[in-house]
Amino acid sequence: MRMGRRIASTLKRTAIHALPTVLGIIVLDFLFLQLMPGDAADVMATEAGSATAETVAALRHQFGIDQPVLTQLANFLSHLARLDLGYSPRFNASVGNLIMARLPNTLLLMVSALTLALVLGIVVGSVMAAWQGKWPDRALSVVVLLFYSMPGFWVGLMAVVLFSVKLGWLPSDGNETIGANLSGFALVSDRLTHLILPALALASFFIAVYARLTRAAMLEVQRQDFMRTARAKGLHPLLIQLRHALRNALVPVTTVAGMNLGNLLGGAVVVETLFGWPGMGRLTLDAVLGRDYSVLLGVLLLSSFVVIVVNVLIDLLHAWLDPRIGATE
Amino acid sequence: MLALSGGSALAQTATPKKGGTLTFLQTSEPNTLVSLTTTATSALTNSAKVTEGLLEYDFDIKPRPALATEWSISPDGKTYTFKLRPNVKFHDGKPFTSADVAYSIQLLKTVHPRGRNTFANVTEVQTPDPLTAVIVLSKPAPYLIKALTAAESPIVPKHLYEGTDPVTNKNGNAPIGTGPYLFKEWVRGSHVIYERNPNYWNADLPRIDRMVCKFVTDPGARSIAFENGSGDIGYRTPVALADLDRLKKLPNLVFETDGTSYSYNVQLLQFNLDSQYFKDIKVRQAIAHCIDRAALLKVVAYGYGVVSYSPIAPGLKEFHDPTPSPYAYDLKKAEQLLDEAGFKRGPDKIRFKVPMDFNPVGDDGRRTCEFLRAVLSRVGIAVEIRAADLPTFAKRIYTDRDFDFTYNGHSNLFDPTVGVQRIYWSKNFKKGVPFSNGSHYDNPNVDALLEGAAVENDPVKRKAMFVEFQKIIAEEVPDISLFQPLYLTIKNKRVHDDSITADGVEANMAQVWLDA
Repeated sequence: MRMGRRIASTLKRTAIHALPTVLGIIVLDFLFLQLMPGDAADVMATEAGSATAETVAALRHQFGIDQPVLTQLANFLSHLARLDLGYSPRFNASVGNLIMARLPNTLLLMVSALTLALVLGIVVGSVMAAWQGKWPDRALSVVVLLFYSMPGFWVGLMAVVLFSVKLGWLPSDGNETIGANLSGFALVSDRLTHLILPALALASFFIAVYARLTRAAMLEVQRQDFMRTARAKGLHPLLIQLRHALRNALVPVTTVAGMNLGNLLGGAVVVETLFGWPGMGRLTLDAVLGRDYSVLLGVLLLSSFVVIVVNVLIDLLHAWLDPRIGATE
Repeated sequence: MLALSGGSALAQTATPKKGGTLTFLQTSEPNTLVSLTTTATSALTNSAKVTEGLLEYDFDIKPRPALATEWSISPDGKTYTFKLRPNVKFHDGKPFTSADVAYSIQLLKTVHPRGRNTFANVTEVQTPDPLTAVIVLSKPAPYLIKALTAAESPIVPKHLYEGTDPVTNKNGNAPIGTGPYLFKEWVRGSHVIYERNPNYWNADLPRIDRMVCKFVTDPGARSIAFENGSGDIGYRTPVALADLDRLKKLPNLVFETDGTSYSYNVQLLQFNLDSQYFKDIKVRQAIAHCIDRAALLKVVAYGYGVVSYSPIAPGLKEFHDPTPSPYAYDLKKAEQLLDEAGFKRGPDKIRFKVPMDFNPVGDDGRRTCEFLRAVLSRVGIAVEIRAADLPTFAKRIYTDRDFDFTYNGHSNLFDPTVGVQRIYWSKNFKKGVPFSNGSHYDNPNVDALLEGAAVENDPVKRKAMFVEFQKIIAEEVPDISLFQPLYLTIKNKRVHDDSITADGVEANMAQVWLDA
């Protein structure tokens, strides 16, 4: 019952906050994009290697960038009000279709990476806290420090060199074996083998972050009174660690995870390019380099939605982890 | 019978096998699969697999039959008659006729970035019968007969384009043509799949069952794909030059240079002739005296290229003038010229500070600038290198003209009138148009030579005009041509007969076959 009220209030609050936030994001993005030198017609004409004044003018007209900036913004917003993200002449496709084709891939990669980072980070962090100052803590600290300081793409490259080139166990690019027409278990295992390396590359930095956070939070919790009480009433040490220590330690970890989501989306640009993963990160990069504002605005809009939705989920998770949070609202 | 020259090249290799899947690694994803409204390399790479052209060309750019089986040019150079291949069908079953040719040529003339110039003199395309097309010109266009490859001048189905906007036409996303491969699917951001056309007009072809074109944008990822065998072929040196030595040691890879003669590039240092420094010819001559092209080629391009003193590439043997620059490598001479121009060394030993830009396509731009910065610092010119992405670069050079000198590259294509004239013709100084006359060069003699050569029907007179043009450019140095890059096609050794025409893998690749 309380949970139901809780969900309702969170959703209400989010809706009130989200709409102006998203509108602000769109308008700011649009204006910032105007500051980038060169436009979509410049790119298309330059890529073509040949152009005439007529082709360049025709391109500008097609992209609608021969119109005043405010007219362009008004056009975009009026389309958006009808839930239409517009049409990209660069891709000769509607922006909605372009993004929807990529979104599942990016979500899969992001969720896998986030899960991997959280699970590994929490496990490693708990182990480090349990053996504080002993050799497992020391050894893992070194590994965590390495993951923390090495850029994800480099970890990815090294993993490719080892697992794809030297050992030949895992594929180095794409998200599936193209044209293999697999189904059932073969399909799942094919997708999984393609997923492992990019997810690891994207997760590596965050594994380190969550491991350190978990360790610190766990050590903090150990000193609390309720922990002594739990020990005094004779609970099994494992149960104490899991139900009392970890549950409390998870609050800061999940808070940070929610905030990291934006970074994860940014990191996806690099990892997707490196692994040829057909996701939104690469679409974003293509759109920036191609100055394709309609696609870029669509991507940014959807990304902000994803971030907002995930933050709602984290809010709800907090309510479950620690019912005191937000209870006063 | 012209086809025999290609046939004999084939005879040397082993018996072709049938079947298999070829994985073609491409460096960027195209915007469209038909190179009708763009000439971006990524579109040229894919277009011919489905959409064919009237002719194909051997390595010396001599025409061979494709959709046209015979052709003749009238002595005045104004009438081109093509006999078309009978019993050719588009992939949707409609017959291919002269109406498609006439319609495509008119489309190219109006919407193709180069076609506007290539076909500018076309007054009409007559279709006396379904298998004859006659192109009628107002003035001769001696380059036209070399412009008819599938990728450069695609012949599209009239019935799909008539009454539509050619740019947004759905045929660009899911093409239908007469070619050896049927379009199967395009997964954006990932790949395009083509399948064997069982009803191709040449019943023996194509040989492979399927071609997967994978878009791998990261050069490191492409190196790995060649290394572990997940990619079969890629062209225009699809890996970082620094990786080549390592890859060349691998037993499963082959490096070839065939099939790169349809379009040569010339890399150059281009001056803005409106710049306060470079409007003075003495300063430009001084810079020319600073450049040791052979050393530059070795350092920045790892030796993969040929030194060129001329904007017409050495590969265009018919027109290239190999005479070295009148301003040989000589730093003393350079200093003397700079003194004469009034740019004396200041108290800090520096004559002037100037920014240098570079075209970001390719991985040699920054290295070239660093090489030039080092040598120019020796004569007292302090260079500041400015990096930019492609649209920023294009806007700075061609629209804002906010630059002094830049490293750049131009494609010569199959003829100087098409590829070189645009850079030096004063009437092509057009703000906002990429790869137009970027230095703002204006010389009436050069204009007359270029305009004359464009309509000169006599090859000897035409060559003389281009040689004279090259002499003037060499003396006046509106830019400094540096070298013609050598592009490698990298492939797995199981791939055969992939590059058998002037445009190599940009052609239809109908003959390609794989070891089992």
